[in-house]
Formats: sequence, structure tokens, C-alpha cells
Amino acid sequence: MNEHLTEITVFSVLFLLVSGMGFVAARWRRPDNLASLDEWGLGGRSFGPWVTWFLVGGDLYTAYTFVAVPALIWSAGAMGFFAVPYTIVVYPIVFLVLLRLWSISHVHGFVTPADFVRARFGSPTLALLIAITGIVATMPYIALQLVGIEAVLKSMGVTGHLPLIIAFAILAAYTYQSGLRAPALIAFVKDTLIYIVIIVAIIVIPMKLGGWDVVFGEAQKKFAASPAPDGILLNANNQLQYVTLALGSALALFLYPHSITGVLASKNRDVIKRNMAALPAYSLLLGLIALLGYMAIAAGVKPIGTDNNTIVPQLFNQMFPDWFTGVAYAAIGIGALVPAAIMSIAAANLFTRNIYKEYIKPNASDADEARVSKLTSLLVKVGAILCILFLDTGFSIDLQLIGGVIILQTLPAVALGIYTRWFHRAGLIAGWIAGMGAGMLMLYNIGNPVTGKLHFAGSAFPLEKLGLDTKMTIYAGIVALAVNLIVAILGTVIARASKVTDGGDATQPDQYLADEGDPRVKDLDLTP
Amino acid sequence: MTTPNGGDRSDRSPWNWLLILPIVLPLLTFLYNSDEPRLLGFPLFYWFQFSCIAVGVICTTIVYQMTKRRR
Repeated sequence: MNEHLTEITVFSVLFLLVSGMGFVAARWRRPDNLASLDEWGLGGRSFGPWVTWFLVGGDLYTAYTFVAVPALIWSAGAMGFFAVPYTIVVYPIVFLVLLRLWSISHVHGFVTPADFVRARFGSPTLALLIAITGIVATMPYIALQLVGIEAVLKSMGVTGHLPLIIAFAILAAYTYQSGLRAPALIAFVKDTLIYIVIIVAIIVIPMKLGGWDVVFGEAQKKFAASPAPDGILLNANNQLQYVTLALGSALALFLYPHSITGVLASKNRDVIKRNMAALPAYSLLLGLIALLGYMAIAAGVKPIGTDNNTIVPQLFNQMFPDWFTGVAYAAIGIGALVPAAIMSIAAANLFTRNIYKEYIKPNASDADEARVSKLTSLLVKVGAILCILFLDTGFSIDLQLIGGVIILQTLPAVALGIYTRWFHRAGLIAGWIAGMGAGMLMLYNIGNPVTGKLHFAGSAFPLEKLGLDTKMTIYAGIVALAVNLIVAILGTVIARASKVTDGGDATQPDQYLADEGDPRVKDLDLTP
Repeated sequence: MTTPNGGDRSDRSPWNWLLILPIVLPLLTFLYNSDEPRLLGFPLFYWFQFSCIAVGVICTTIVYQMTKRRR
């Protein structure tokens, strides 16, 4: 334990400092009254370009990403680099969609994507499905943030679950008190620390190892010696998987409730546009972090036990002086807090708006909504802790994998719904059911011969299982989405032909273009 | 509800087509799935995708500047 004393001290000091900020955040840009979802859950919908950049960046590029992507590169090579094209294509794809979603939400006071679906398709049932999908997809994601902290704690020789529980209890307390303002303020510290650590790492470590040539050379040697289909380049069979995984993950990213929460908190359309241009700075960072996996190979770093997620912390430990390792660990640890806070707020908002207000207390006041959301955010975190305590880590990762596939199934209603009202609500519900079923069936049938797991061992679905004569694999989420779309289209045609009643549409075309300062139609949105 | 300047507001712009480039380019693996040529020790596979980040930033920045709200 003593050899890690400096690291633990630096880590604890930074962690406590940030926790203090989390509590103080309630006073930051203080409104007259925090007791509404607009204030507690969306920070007053007032964030400018800088705050939004730090907030959304801190939200999307999570601690888990920073730990797991290099771990994947370390073990599988080029395939793990999909995170880079994924985070490049996402911004131009969602550029126009998010602007419209922001506008319509601004006019109608929507807090969640399910709110939008409720108003657009006049279907509380569809909205409920969207809300449940969002909550189920988000829960394991929060649990995974704990995996990030755990990897760091392990590397400092801290074992047992108590430190983890304490860290999350602190997080839960200041999220409860300050709402979205807490992660927004903390994100500044988190991102600054991460940037410093990574810039130092990518300059210092390759220099110590003898240059990038050596780094890539050593990686090449390792993969050449292993029988698995890995390498520093893609092979003939995993290129389709690489592309579909990058595209599918990009389509899924802004369907996650926590991403939408970050976007809705910005104050006008220009803030979003600017951020779509500026957020790729984080992709650069992510790409560089990914390469830490190769540096770990070249440096001969070994993970602790079988936990590949400890690769990056172990690399830092080996390469940096103790105090800077402490800073690096704090960056990862704090990096887990920002997304965990936003995710729990987003999941809580879904519950409040689309389950509590819809089915339990329709005449809930703003203050009721804020109170229920605050309590739910606590419950969500307890749930995440229970996931970690009672399920093994590998299972959380599987759940996260499933989460990506299922959140994609909300695309027709949420993203296409922004553009067209053509779909019938019955078609969308049928599509959701079909897409979910197809996705689950495929994931269930994906095994991994190396680890001996038979089910849910990855997202790369072998096309030969569909009877095609090839060794190629494809991202299961994309296939499930295709099934979803086909059924939604057929379902819509059938529903129209058989004159099934469709829901109303509470939105109007010009509302999708509204900007800051335009009048809102508050409280009209839930009357069909 | 009607917005004050109702009809003349639109998010359509020919500049939006520029967004296609950074979506398509990083997904064409056959362009860059190769070791050579190397740049500063990086295989093509890596430096090409890093360059795509710049392409993405440039394209979205142009679209932002050209479609910005006039005040």
C-alpha cells in the first residue's frame, strides 16, 4: 500500500476538491428556484458554447471509453480504433437533426426524447417504450463508469467495494442537490486534467520507448505471434464490422438520453452548431488515448489479473513519477463522475416525465417533477452500485453492448420522427418490437471461441449464420435497425390500409426551426 | 403558433451537402487499410483517420459559419 501513497494522496485531494465543486454548483448561475426539471435537469436551458463543449464532451467521452478503448487496442489491435471514425461521423450525421430536436423541445418544453415522441405521434405507449428503452440502455452505462473507477483503484492497490461506494455516495449527494449544474461545472476540471495527462503521455511515453516506429513495430510483432485474427491493420473479414460498428455506434450515440440532455441544456441553435464543429477535438484525444494500448504492448505492461481495463492505469504507473500518476488516476476517476451524473439525471427525467407524470400523477407540478427526478436519480445510482456488487464486471460490459443495440431501435421514432410524420404509431411500435427481438436473438447467438463464452460475447454477428458463404461479420445493431425499419414501414402501410386510428401531431413545421427568444407553448404539449 | 417571420425561415442550405464528406470518408476502409506510406512513424491506417478529424472539423465549421443566424 505504501508504494502507492503519493498516488492515493494526489487522487484523494483532487477527488475531494471536485466533490466540493459539485455541491457549490447549485449556486452557479443560480436561478430563483431550482424546483423544476428545466432548472434541476437541464441547468436552466442556458448553457453557452463553452459550458456545452465541456459538458457534452465530458458526457460522451466517458472514463470507461478512456480505459476500455486502449484495452481493446491492446488485445485486438486495429479493430479497437473504430472509436475514431465513430466519433468523426457522428457530428455531421446529427448536425441537422439535433438542431431541429433542440428547437421543437425549446418550443414545447420537452425534457426527454420520449416527450417529443409523445407529442409527435400522439402515443403514450410508444413514448413509454422509448422511455423504458432509454432507462434500460443507460443503467449499465452508469455501472460501467464504476468499472473505470475500479480499474484505477485496483492499480493503486485499493481493494474492496467500500471506496467505490463512498465515491458514488458523494456523487449521488451532489447530483441530488445541484442537478445538471454539478457535472457541467466539474466537467471543466475533468477535461482539463484529461487533456494535460494525455498530451504529456503521448509525448513522453513514445520518447521513452524509442519513437512511434518502435511502438507500432512491437505491436505488429505481438499480433503476428498470436493465432487470433488481430493486427495493426484490419483484415478481409472484419472491415464490414469496423464500418458498421462505427456507423451504428454513431447513430446510437445521440439517441442515448444523456446525450440529448446535454444538447437540450444549451441556450440556442448556434451553440449546438458550434459544438458540432468543436467536439471532434475530443475525438483527437480519444484516438491518441487509443494508441496508449500499443504503447502498453511496447512497454511490456501486463494487466492486473485478467482485468484488461487496468492496462492504461498500469502503463501510467510504469511510465510516470508517482505524483503525476496520481493526477492521471484522478483524471480517470473524475472522468467517471461527469457522465455518471448526467446519465442518472437523464434516466430520472425519463422516469418522471414519461412514467410518473403520464401514468401515476398526471397533474404533477414542476416542483413535484423535480422532486421525483431527484429521488429517482438516487435510485438509479443505487441500482448501478448493485450491478457492480452482485454481477461480475464482464456482465456489465455485456449489458452495455446490448444497450447500444437496443437504443438504436428508438431511431425511427426519435430521429426520423424529427423529419417525417409519415410513420403510423402502430407501425413504429411493431418495428420497435421486431428490431428488439432481432437484436436480442443475434446477440444471444454471438459466441467467442477464445473465452469459451457461448452467448452475448460481442456485437460482431457472423454473416454465415444467415446462410451466407463468408467469414465476414457485421454489427448486430445495424441489422436489427434494418429489421426495425422494414417492419415499421410495412406496419405503417398495413395500419393505414386497414384504417387503424393514428395519433395526433402536436407539433407544427415552423416549430422545428425556432430559436432562442421565440415564444414557447408551455403546457400545451401534453394535451392531444 | 406562428413565428414572427414564419415562412422565410429555413434550415435548408446548399452548404449542408458539405456534411456528407466527413460522414463517408472515414467509412471507406479500402482507402486507408494499409501500412504504407507511413507518416512520422504512423501507418497510413492511423494517420489517415486522424486527418479525417480535421476534415470533419473544417466541413462542420464551414457549414456553421455559412448558416449562422444573422443578427
